[in-house]
Amino acid sequence: MYLKKEHLLTKDETYVLKPGPEGYVPPAAASMGIELPDPGEGLAYGRKVNEDAVMEEIAKQMLTRKNPTIFPGPLVLWAWNEHAKIKGQAVLELASEIPNVMIIPMADYRPKYPKIEPEEEINPNHPNLTIWHNKIEVCIFVGVHCHYANLTLKMIRAGTNCLTAAVCAEQGHEDAMLTIRDSEENKIRRLSQVIRKVRESMGIPAPTRPPYGGGKREIVTAKEWAKIREQGLAMSIAGAPKGMPLREGQMPHV
Amino acid sequence: MSDPTETEQKTNPQGDPITSAAVKVEAGKDPHGEAKKQRVVTPEHMFFEAPRERLFITGSEAGKEAIRRANVDFSVAYPITPQSETMQLIGVLYGEGYVKEFYRGEEEYGVMSAIAGASRAGVRCFTATAGPGTLRGIEAIASWPGHRLPAVAIFTCRVVNAPLAIQPDNIEISYLLNTGMIVFHAENQQDVFDFILKGFMISEMNDVTLPVGIAYDGFFVTHARGYVMMPPKDIKLPPREAYHGAVPVLDAENPPARLSRDAPVQKSNFMSYNIHAVWQQEIWAAQERAKKYIRRYMDGLLEVNNPDADIFLVASGSAAAQSREAVRLLEEQGIHAGLIKIRSLRPFPTLELQEACRNAKLIVIPEFNFPGWMAKEVSTALYGECNAKLIAGPRVFGGMTMPVELIVERVLGGLHQVDPKRVPVGINIGGAPAIESAKLVSKEDVSRFMQNI
Repeated sequence: MYLKKEHLLTKDETYVLKPGPEGYVPPAAASMGIELPDPGEGLAYGRKVNEDAVMEEIAKQMLTRKNPTIFPGPLVLWAWNEHAKIKGQAVLELASEIPNVMIIPMADYRPKYPKIEPEEEINPNHPNLTIWHNKIEVCIFVGVHCHYANLTLKMIRAGTNCLTAAVCAEQGHEDAMLTIRDSEENKIRRLSQVIRKVRESMGIPAPTRPPYGGGKREIVTAKEWAKIREQGLAMSIAGAPKGMPLREGQMPHV
Repeated sequence: MSDPTETEQKTNPQGDPITSAAVKVEAGKDPHGEAKKQRVVTPEHMFFEAPRERLFITGSEAGKEAIRRANVDFSVAYPITPQSETMQLIGVLYGEGYVKEFYRGEEEYGVMSAIAGASRAGVRCFTATAGPGTLRGIEAIASWPGHRLPAVAIFTCRVVNAPLAIQPDNIEISYLLNTGMIVFHAENQQDVFDFILKGFMISEMNDVTLPVGIAYDGFFVTHARGYVMMPPKDIKLPPREAYHGAVPVLDAENPPARLSRDAPVQKSNFMSYNIHAVWQQEIWAAQERAKKYIRRYMDGLLEVNNPDADIFLVASGSAAAQSREAVRLLEEQGIHAGLIKIRSLRPFPTLELQEACRNAKLIVIPEFNFPGWMAKEVSTALYGECNAKLIAGPRVFGGMTMPVELIVERVLGGLHQVDPKRVPVGINIGGAPAIESAKLVSKEDVSRFMQNI
């Protein structure tokens, strides 16, 4: 059986996006009739629902499943303009609301030769793509260009049991189990607030230590983290991937 | 053939203006003056709200007028009949300042590669080719969707196979259908104008980010005149927002750039089977997403005339134009038939076609090519979903015209099982006579049909 039994459909069933592993070459969600959400909506397991409901579901899953991880992409990792810096800071604030969260960057889309270090970074192009030895059971994609996010989300659904969420600045992602669209810094901050509210309602203690990288290395110093927690202010990511220092002052032609 | 130096505004006998005349520039005046006066409007204003005037122009001129309003940054040309006039007219637009960059490529492979580079750099691109030019450029064309490169390309269809000819025949469309690009088929000059403008907007949507190919039949559309309703020339579409694309722009100044060194695009030996598999899935997923915008801007992937009929002609391009007249002739004979015009070949309107043909008893599929790619598309879409008898024809090719009476004859043949000698066994399917009962199609019928189309 190449596709898992629980992912097979009878004729009258519609396609539901569930955590995998779904099996050998599962279909793209869009090809199964799942459409991207309209403004104000999100997708939850392939169904269009109110955006707030999706945020609450992201919060519940990030707070309860094992090894919650944020995969930030180039659009929030690189300080290529003021907007990117502000958005990157909002992502750090988001991370600061989730206990024991990891941050594993997708700094760009080039494969690293001769190999990548999957504990340090995620790269969809690389033949040995894994997400932290496939022990991550819930994740958020943010700041990844839509094409590359879609590729990675498909592969994760095919081969792992990870529940995927995509916080997208454009129209969202059908291949994520949970997605919200038009996610600029204000919406990311709103998601942070929802996570805090859900965490408090579930009686889960606030994080006591900063988010860490996949290799358990420091992403944000304790001092910086305290500042984020206390002031809600933006911080820069301390440990960009090897060979990819943050660059300042380069504005795109927008 | 338009003369770019012609400055007199001509009209047809009905008094409609013919717009091939170049703008007359007075000495000392800015030749780009009129172009600089253009203002950006929303796509909705351009497509649905702006007042339109009627012109009587060729398909080539309709293409020119669309590009005038499309805010195109970059266009590259290489001549081949019957496309040459279109790109020559784009050159006129360049001279007038409506197109920012324009040059003649070395041949089609170079042209299509240049379009790839320019689109990756983030600008709005346009080109056109035809027949053998399409096939010469198709390696580069087939790479556009995988690179996620928005662009619009026109294919003015003509013969491609030996013995070579320049005559109309749309077999080249079949080569484009599986490249992953969006493919529209224009029926007439109005479609040419509308599809080009709308094609840019659909192509550049973030969740689409795919090239759009607009095919139309050479000479029948390129060189013939038809009425075109178009908005004023002092408005243009908004520019491309490349930084909202699905992939990074090739920007040498800002990270993440260096796309030309991204392995899946350039170094297949370093990529996994898995990334290429999901990459292909993503291209076709983007096609699915394009449907929303095709419905919004183009009023659907297909057009159904006389939806209550149980006899349908399913066609695209010039075959749709001929079928439209065939429907009228059939009506005169007391036969109520409908026309399903397929506007979008990719993505193909499978569900819409199934719905439109749910109660059909006879479907006739006229085409301007020998192998019958449309018949294959229709049969695949309807297999198991419709009990109609299918007639995969009539077909003309090699530059032949399609007499409307030929289509009528096929409909009558399908209804009454007459004229068997002129309808090859392999292009009929289903019980007979279809109008008496919608019999279930036998496996033998299906097998015979699928082997012969």
